[in-house]
Amino acid sequence: MDFLRPASWEEALAAKAEHPTAVPIAGGTDVMVEINFDHRRPEYLLDLNRVGELHEWEAGEDSVRLGASVPYAKIMEHLRAELPGLALASHTVASPQIRNRGGVGGNLGTASPAGDAHPALLAAGAEVEAESAARGARRIPIDDFYTGVKRNALAPDELIRAVHVKKADGPQQYSKVGTRNAMVIAVCAFGLALHPETRTVRTGIGSAAPTPVRARAAEEFLNAALQEGGFWDNGKVITPSVAKQFAQLCSAACNPIDDVRGTAGYRRHAVGVMARRTLTWTWESYRGARNASKGAA
Amino acid sequence: MSSPKLPPAFAQGGAPTGAPTRITQGSKTKGGIGESTLRPDGILKVTGEFAYSSDMWHEDMLWGQILRSTVAHAEILSIDTAEALATPGVYAVMTYDDLPAEVKHYGLEIQDTPVLAHGRVRHHGEPVAIVAADHPETARRAAAKIKVEYRELPVITDEASATAPDAILLHEGRTDHHVGHVPHPNIVHRQPIVRGDAEQAAARADFVVKGEYHFGMQDQAFLGPESGLAVPEEDGGVHLYIATQWLHSDLRQIAPVLGLPEDKVRMTLAGVGGAFGGREDLSMQIHACLLALRTGKPVKIVYNRFESFFGHVHRHPAKLYYEHGATKDGKLTHVKCRIVLDGGAYASASPAVVGNAASLGVGPYVVDDVDIEAVALYTNNPPCGAMRGFGAVQACFAYEAQMDRLADAVGMDRVEFRQLNAMSQGTVMPTGQPVDSPAPVAELLRRVKAMPMPPERQWESSEGADVRQLPGGLSNTTHGEGVVRGVGYAVGIKNVGFSEGFDDYSTARVRVEVVAGEPVATVHTAMAEVGQGGVTVHAQIARTELGVARVTIHPADTQVGSAGSTSASRQTYVTGGAVKNACELVREKVLDIGRRRFGSYHPAWASAELLLEGGKVVTDGGEVLADLVDVLEDEAVEVEREWRHRPTEPFDLRTGQGNGHVQYSFAAHRAVVEVDTELGLVKVIELACAQDVGKALNPLSVVGQIQGGTTQGLGIAVMEEIVVDPVTAKVRNPSFTDYLIPTILDTPVIPVDVLELADDHAPYGLRGIGEAPTLSSTPAVLAAIRNATGLELNRTPVRPEHLTGTA
Repeated sequence: MDFLRPASWEEALAAKAEHPTAVPIAGGTDVMVEINFDHRRPEYLLDLNRVGELHEWEAGEDSVRLGASVPYAKIMEHLRAELPGLALASHTVASPQIRNRGGVGGNLGTASPAGDAHPALLAAGAEVEAESAARGARRIPIDDFYTGVKRNALAPDELIRAVHVKKADGPQQYSKVGTRNAMVIAVCAFGLALHPETRTVRTGIGSAAPTPVRARAAEEFLNAALQEGGFWDNGKVITPSVAKQFAQLCSAACNPIDDVRGTAGYRRHAVGVMARRTLTWTWESYRGARNASKGAA
Repeated sequence: MSSPKLPPAFAQGGAPTGAPTRITQGSKTKGGIGESTLRPDGILKVTGEFAYSSDMWHEDMLWGQILRSTVAHAEILSIDTAEALATPGVYAVMTYDDLPAEVKHYGLEIQDTPVLAHGRVRHHGEPVAIVAADHPETARRAAAKIKVEYRELPVITDEASATAPDAILLHEGRTDHHVGHVPHPNIVHRQPIVRGDAEQAAARADFVVKGEYHFGMQDQAFLGPESGLAVPEEDGGVHLYIATQWLHSDLRQIAPVLGLPEDKVRMTLAGVGGAFGGREDLSMQIHACLLALRTGKPVKIVYNRFESFFGHVHRHPAKLYYEHGATKDGKLTHVKCRIVLDGGAYASASPAVVGNAASLGVGPYVVDDVDIEAVALYTNNPPCGAMRGFGAVQACFAYEAQMDRLADAVGMDRVEFRQLNAMSQGTVMPTGQPVDSPAPVAELLRRVKAMPMPPERQWESSEGADVRQLPGGLSNTTHGEGVVRGVGYAVGIKNVGFSEGFDDYSTARVRVEVVAGEPVATVHTAMAEVGQGGVTVHAQIARTELGVARVTIHPADTQVGSAGSTSASRQTYVTGGAVKNACELVREKVLDIGRRRFGSYHPAWASAELLLEGGKVVTDGGEVLADLVDVLEDEAVEVEREWRHRPTEPFDLRTGQGNGHVQYSFAAHRAVVEVDTELGLVKVIELACAQDVGKALNPLSVVGQIQGGTTQGLGIAVMEEIVVDPVTAKVRNPSFTDYLIPTILDTPVIPVDVLELADDHAPYGLRGIGEAPTLSSTPAVLAAIRNATGLELNRTPVRPEHLTGTA
């Protein structure tokens, strides 16, 4: 196995162009496990740790440009206000040691349905900035990024440079079920973001389908129900029947399997419960903020 | 061996029953028994400096690698090692055909385990070939180049498939001493226990409850994987540095396979990273020695976590069928039960586990009419053997569930119902053996119930819900929604020491001499320190008995006699007893020297009541007669002796009657849990424990053992299980990613109430303590979850799908 150590982003792109089979490694959270378990023996490892810019982030007007290697611990610490859903998801990643090393780029590169960041990225609305030496940079909408089980939309010569996530314009929540109270791979996970500016709701489901998915029918139902009832304006409590139907539609968006971590039936059920609870939490938070701002006015 | 002549104050059995033993000798010496002296290796372990067996290195050493079967049951048609042997850097490849001696099998009790598979593999991950190379990666790659052609056979995975009329026999032509009394050759051992007449007693029962229970396969999950270093020696022998639980048991199994006499196989204990029963059987010991002798070079083998899951036996999964009856005033009438343990492909400790499960099958209760049967199966599942609690754990899970259900049927409080039926000193066990030391079962339940309850809704704070206090923890699944509290109680009984007539002795060599103007004691035993704290306790015993401040603990090796196994909660009792005994003999010799040298100077020398305290010979009135330094001068006093506890008897093969156990150990738990009833997630809030320890030689260690055992019991209650595919008999989760053990966020507050009622038969009145807390912890947590959810929950571990109807 050859270990390539580019000193800059340009060198990294050149190396990837020359060796399209090279597996990029930053935190090593996924890659090292696969190598240790002998699940894969890449010909080349492409170490991105010398590319300093990948560890940086920049909060712009509307979105945050998050370097691919920014560790989860930094997201939790510094981006809680801008990216609340992703910060909550980061909290659930493995152990403190791993949160100091692992970043969103690795989650996207592996594209495992169990990756903790995916539901939050889907709910918030993100774009993946990919680049190749030959064709330059492009932005891939998160909705188009996951193409199959552990497959993504990257070309063989492309690397993930950053992910652009919209800054929260409303409350976001993230829940994950595991059979242990910390340091556990998701049995299933759910992300929810309210977008008051566009009066829409977005969701993300993890570990309950071959890829991370949005519960589109559930979103459409909820968008319509919120619109019809004038909820965005009147700030009323969401009726239990609406929450229930939203939960059922989220369950229906799952296409899970039975495996050693849980049953398909449980995953569908748990996604429904998480959908209902996160909807309640985000909506109560939205109402609270709305009432507080009215009170101030 | 003659027993030492001791003044009355030292003799055992003098203290009144139920009171702590009075200890005179050493009571003024600092760092003696009863103090919480610190572990010598504690700081090293916490700071990562401790050298574990996997850290060893030898110049010029090779790395060993084991090729394991990829299927659970198959005929081996061929093994082609040519390509592996041709790999540069490879020094040796060995298969069954290369074994040097007539003996090619090993085993703790039944030698049924092939060192390397011969013509057939019987479980997933069975060793087939071994490789030595100059780099671990080279060894791994070479092993992968060995071509093994299998013809798969049907798998035997449960009692029905094991005992079917046309079942393939796992071990044809058995000659072991159990084969004569088992109903089927795929049953390793069967132990019935019959006392009174359960049928007739059942007629007196006003209430009868029947239940079927299922206990999952638990892994010891010690953090230091199997590893060792074998160094060939000039005399044609080998020196093995190894992490194990019992050096001499390993030696007895290793030497014949190497074709060497035992004195040419030297063994030294390497740093052990936990054991819990998983190091009672051999793992890589023979393989490393074979490769070292073949290549003439030191060979190191270190398993990774994946291999470790295949490299040691696990806790027997079990199916348990129980019937309990009681009169309407709440007295137990009878217990019938059948316990089916899955022993997997090889016998390991299965026969002894059967004996424990059967003899302790009704728990710490008074029942005159019992009908018990326990069996262990041979199957193609992973081999199972020793693990903390050893047969008593599975039974306790089931009988405590039954006791709750029966209390409910009678209409009594669950704790009071237990107390009403609790055994006490004098109770006769189902084996006919009277309990002849304190058995404070009702008192332990009273104590654990009397502890203050943890406050409700501890997750609530001014800044919203603290998810760390809630089911789901950091995964943020509830802010209080769906959360229901439940409380459960359980109590258990575990035997201490090896039972059923086993000659369970330990050896200690103790030396006292003057070093640099100071009296120093050296304690040399072969006791495996696996974390239990024996090295601390041995020094405390030496200080107490010899009145010296400085004690050196010699590394454990086979240059001294056997210390028996570090298991069965026995080491403080038995090797501690051996150290105490050897110290007493040394003390007598020292006093003899003193009398010889100084006897004429003071009439008190003629008295028998002399003590060694603070480096001096003193009278029991405290008068100093001489400095130890002056008594010894340049003489060293050394004694090596074997020490035995009271003998036991085998259980009758038909009735199970017999004085089979040495001592019993009791613990009770109260579990408080909070369950997210919608998501099926559990947070154990508190696991309070009360345990009788006889005498706490090191109170801090005692509490640590109780908390550790309690946590291991929690693990099997809510998360720990090796999942074996019922169709292929292959292990599905051999990693810490999917085999989950409790993290600190899963570990509750564990208040411990330690009771010290002396057992007059034991050194210092002590009671073995390591296992009892693992028994009652699991059923207490299960009872609490049932209490919170109203569900029946007849299997452990409980998973979210069992709590949400989505299994």
